[in-house]
Amino acid sequence: MNNWKMVTLIGEDQPGIVARITDALYQNDLVLGETSMMRLGGNFSMMMMVSGERDPNTVLAAAAERLDLRLHVDDIAGKLHQHIAPNIQVRVMGADQPGIVAKVTGVLAAAGFNILELESDVAGTTENPVYIMTIQGVSETVVEVLQQAVEGLDEEGVDVTVSAIETLFA
Amino acid sequence: MAILEILKIPDARLKQISEPVAQFDDALHAFIADLEETRQMGPAAVGIAAPQVGYFQRIVILDCSQTRKPVPNHGHLILINPEITHWDGFELGREGCLSVPDYTGNVIRAARITLVAQDPQGDRHEYEMKDFEARALQHEVDHLDGLLFLDRVVSRRTDLFQRKVYQKGANKKRKAANKAH
Repeated sequence: MNNWKMVTLIGEDQPGIVARITDALYQNDLVLGETSMMRLGGNFSMMMMVSGERDPNTVLAAAAERLDLRLHVDDIAGKLHQHIAPNIQVRVMGADQPGIVAKVTGVLAAAGFNILELESDVAGTTENPVYIMTIQGVSETVVEVLQQAVEGLDEEGVDVTVSAIETLFA
Repeated sequence: MAILEILKIPDARLKQISEPVAQFDDALHAFIADLEETRQMGPAAVGIAAPQVGYFQRIVILDCSQTRKPVPNHGHLILINPEITHWDGFELGREGCLSVPDYTGNVIRAARITLVAQDPQGDRHEYEMKDFEARALQHEVDHLDGLLFLDRVVSRRTDLFQRKVYQKGANKKRKAANKAH
């Protein structure tokens, strides 16, 4: 159970992808660890930690072909129960323009911020697209300093808000 | 004093609804001492509820005075038969739980609450709580009603971005405030 593989599947969205793929894994004694699955722009993307004796490439080949999904498998060194709790959240919003993610994350990286999770989307309308991004991560740099670091992006019409995440543990 | 065993998911007893405390006696006080000792044993829990140790009475201990960043709080509280009488606003925040090892999730809670509760002697008190302390209290009262934060987790994608929209210009305001200093 210790040798995890990262299995990635991508293809046009349709009902039943998760059910068929995970059933093929289950029928072949492959188990799931952490996964992330999401519809992005009409495509469905799956990232799954998978462990077991058999090769996911062989096990999933038929289902992937039937569902017209591209399949990719990597050996990884990952383990379960390695969660890091985020302590900083960054919200970004602005008129869509090239480079928003690169600029914001560039500033954060320079301040020693490690991204654990990033989600971005384009809201608004086709004429007036608005880029929205939320980032959760860890940093030893305090919120005020990070906020100051991203303040310069204000002038470029990008609203960046840095806030602390105090995870309630009760 | 004794350290009690904390029930962990998927223990079905965590779904049990707790009964109001009727006797404010030595047995209650002894249990509270054990519950407090148990809370302090774990990794820095700001609260604990009696049903988490399999004692299905409406008893909560709350202490938000030791957070990494100080938050508004009422210090160490022992709350018997707590009842939330007023809710106001809502906020998204990340929660974890002694009964749910190695998992945290985002939960929407009221930002401000009014609470009525009895103390270990049975006297009634009213509290106005906000933000983190209000969140912690709601998390604990949920335990008394057989609910875990897992029952309220929202998708990570369901961020309350709208909240920030009406605060647009906050950066500029803060800048102006900084300049004024």
